[in-house]
Amino acid sequence: MELIYDIMDKLMPFEFMKYTFMKNSFLAILIATPIFAILGTMVVNKKMAFFSDAIGHSALCGIAVGTVFGFTDRSLSMVIFAVIFSMLLNYVKDRTTYGADTIISVFASVAMSLGLVLLSAGGSFNKYTSYLVGDILSITADEIAFLAVCFVLVIIFWLLAYNKLSAASINRTLAKSKGINGQVLDYLYSAFIAVVIMFSIRWIGVLLINSLIILPAASSRNISYNTRQYHLFSVLISLVPGIAGLIISYYTSTPTGPVIVLLLGSIFFVTFVIHSLVKK
Amino acid sequence: MNEEKEMPPVKNGCGHHCIKINNIGVSFGSEVILEDVSLHMHCGSLTALIGPNGAGKTTLIRALLGEIKHSGSFVFRDLKTNEKLDMKVGYVPQKLDVERELPMTVYDLFASFISNTPVWLHKSKKLYNRIYEQLKIFSAEDCIDRQIGKLSGGQLQRVLLSIAITPIPDLLILDEPVSGIDDNGVREFYRLAGEIKEKYDLAILLVSHDLDMVKKYADKVVLMDRGILCQGTPDEVFADRNFTQIFGGGEA
Repeated sequence: MELIYDIMDKLMPFEFMKYTFMKNSFLAILIATPIFAILGTMVVNKKMAFFSDAIGHSALCGIAVGTVFGFTDRSLSMVIFAVIFSMLLNYVKDRTTYGADTIISVFASVAMSLGLVLLSAGGSFNKYTSYLVGDILSITADEIAFLAVCFVLVIIFWLLAYNKLSAASINRTLAKSKGINGQVLDYLYSAFIAVVIMFSIRWIGVLLINSLIILPAASSRNISYNTRQYHLFSVLISLVPGIAGLIISYYTSTPTGPVIVLLLGSIFFVTFVIHSLVKK
Repeated sequence: MNEEKEMPPVKNGCGHHCIKINNIGVSFGSEVILEDVSLHMHCGSLTALIGPNGAGKTTLIRALLGEIKHSGSFVFRDLKTNEKLDMKVGYVPQKLDVERELPMTVYDLFASFISNTPVWLHKSKKLYNRIYEQLKIFSAEDCIDRQIGKLSGGQLQRVLLSIAITPIPDLLILDEPVSGIDDNGVREFYRLAGEIKEKYDLAILLVSHDLDMVKKYADKVVLMDRGILCQGTPDEVFADRNFTQIFGGGEA
């Protein structure tokens, strides 16, 4: 880690990079935003924005359940919970005649409320408020290492499964005729999203996490024609505002997460206008 | 074995490959969607599947592709050697639910179905050329770099046909397009289906809504409503009592 810090000092001799917490946050953003951008492309294509939102909301419930069962490692209880929750969501979604959005809303609100009730039962909800809006400046070197592992796993998954996932999202029956099992992939993909969200919830927060997933992909969609552009722009649109947001929040003493989301939102509107003007 | 006896005369194709659908049944909970569906198909012949809405035509196809649970079995055999073979199935859906703005070109779509080269990372020249050649079969090669949401109904049909016959299947299942395509498009669709049948000597199962076209192109017609009501040549089926009951007598 010291080595990375040294390299960062050499490469970026700026005032704001003097502090270790800024270096950590910078690294975290560098690693995490592309993950969200990449996973987000498919969330937007598959119209799963509600789904990822629900997973984010269930994080509170994950923490609560972990606390109740006496898990010392809160991350572990959150991950286990997220995977189970996402599997359950997927299962119910496949087996109901209700709209998927209705089912997902029901799950999300129940999970979030359960989390709030359990956490505040001891009258101590205040110490969990950082999970709502996140606190990126508090990220530790260990958590960055965790994120890096996630990053590698997501890239491997994407290299191996993206084609099949995309094929199944276009038409499941057609995919099946080519020997692609869309259902299994859906479960895997949901689990991936769930785990990544859980790892990031502490420093992005329940309320902001979905914008990091949806906004880059949505903006990128406005200006791309093919899958490669879609991914490239999506990664750039998450990386640049991510880092810019960190720097701006440092100089203006504003919370980092919301600043990043505001930047992402502005970019979305810019691309939206470009899209309507170009009428590609 | 009595397969030889059951084999109907086949005009085109070698007629030595037989696909048997045996006693297929599908139910969701207590609701029976399909009951005891059995039929035979041979290479080089076009079987049209007709029936009222909700007759279970799409369900049968999804069962055939192994997408939903069903009872009964599908067997694909070489009648000369009586050997059981693995059946490759090609499928053309009725339509694709894609948004106009979806950032996905025909190349992306095609590649994601037939290859593992990650389409998000890299456009393979070799794969591109292969797809170009496959699209050319249906004169759709000009579409390769266009977004799929912006193709016309007819263009999209031809792209889907190209995907379905890459690689060439033993059974090709076609779901006749009902929307986004005009009468000319429907005629073109049947013409292409006929062409594929002759050229590749494969069995085609076509879910159809256009009785005139069925009469003109089908070698065999199957009328179904949850189960099979009658099957035979177009003339036989169109004269059947069940047919007149469902579709009315006049038009046929």
